[in-house]
Amino acid sequence: MSKNKKTVIILSVVIILMAFVPLFLLKGAEFGGSDDAGSKMIEEINGGYEPWFTPVLETWIDGELPGEVESLLFCLQSSIGVGIIAFTMGRFVERKHKEDEQKGAA
Amino acid sequence: MSKKQKKLVLFATAMGLMLCITPVANAMHIMEGYLSPKYCIAWGAISLPFLIMGSIFMKNTIKENRRSITLFAMAGAFIFVISSLKIPSVTGSCSHMTGTGLGALLFGPAPVAVLGMIVLIFQAILLAHGGLTTLGANTFSMAIAGPFLSYGIYYVCKKCNLNRKVSIFLAACLGDLFTYCITSMQLALAYPSKDGGVMASAVKFLGVFAPTQLPLAIIEGIITVIIMIALETYAKPELKSIGFLKEVN
Repeated sequence: MSKNKKTVIILSVVIILMAFVPLFLLKGAEFGGSDDAGSKMIEEINGGYEPWFTPVLETWIDGELPGEVESLLFCLQSSIGVGIIAFTMGRFVERKHKEDEQKGAA
Repeated sequence: MSKKQKKLVLFATAMGLMLCITPVANAMHIMEGYLSPKYCIAWGAISLPFLIMGSIFMKNTIKENRRSITLFAMAGAFIFVISSLKIPSVTGSCSHMTGTGLGALLFGPAPVAVLGMIVLIFQAILLAHGGLTTLGANTFSMAIAGPFLSYGIYYVCKKCNLNRKVSIFLAACLGDLFTYCITSMQLALAYPSKDGGVMASAVKFLGVFAPTQLPLAIIEGIITVIIMIALETYAKPELKSIGFLKEVN
């Protein structure tokens, strides 16, 4: 196994651990967003701040975006990104493969 | 499809599925309506020159060599993926990464302003995350300040002959953290504390964001290193064509 492969595997394991360990360590924690904490802080400093503009989508649908739909949209965002990355990387990998084959043949 | 491609498709599908079960919560970016109009306009005005510079730079780079399009697409897609992932942190709340480091290292900070803003608009309109009124401020913190610092750190590390992977890690990681420092400053400027002024509330906001963000910044650094390893292995011609890989072979 090449050195890079090893590095990638080790690093991936580290990422997965770092991302999921808090879930198990802090049982019962809310895992709310840190910007909710931000808004609370603003209220604390400023005392009952009213946002002067509501998100356009919430104005259109007259209320907050349902959680499930929000997860759908976030998922859409990631899948667009992953799709592009996977497609491009797939092409790169295949190209390198072909080049190596040609070198082997020559 | 070759075996490798099949594996890649499978991997992508698995990744996609994994993302769907990520816990959903609202995380950072300055929320819609939370900055008064004068700050919205001011931050927008500060961001505008960078955006124009970035788009001119992108246009010229693509004109000069068509190959760079794929790397632009990669950098943009990377921001898309990374900034949609909300990750639980040790403080018990969730936040997400910025993903702007990769683009900044590849192209320099200017074009990332454009790429980052596309993502921010997507999130502001469809997800009520961030906001249209705060777009200028969020663009400045995530797509301008962070990438500039990333690029600067990478440049310094290169000058000091530091190990490439370490420098990439440091650049991406600190760039991510810096984004949140700027966000805290922006909020502090808009909401100075009654008994301590701007600095006191900056410390307060940093206290909310920084501990949550620190582990995520480290994760972002590592992910950027991994994708860079992948690019260096498979996309050498492209990296050379944009001048990123001059120093290696």
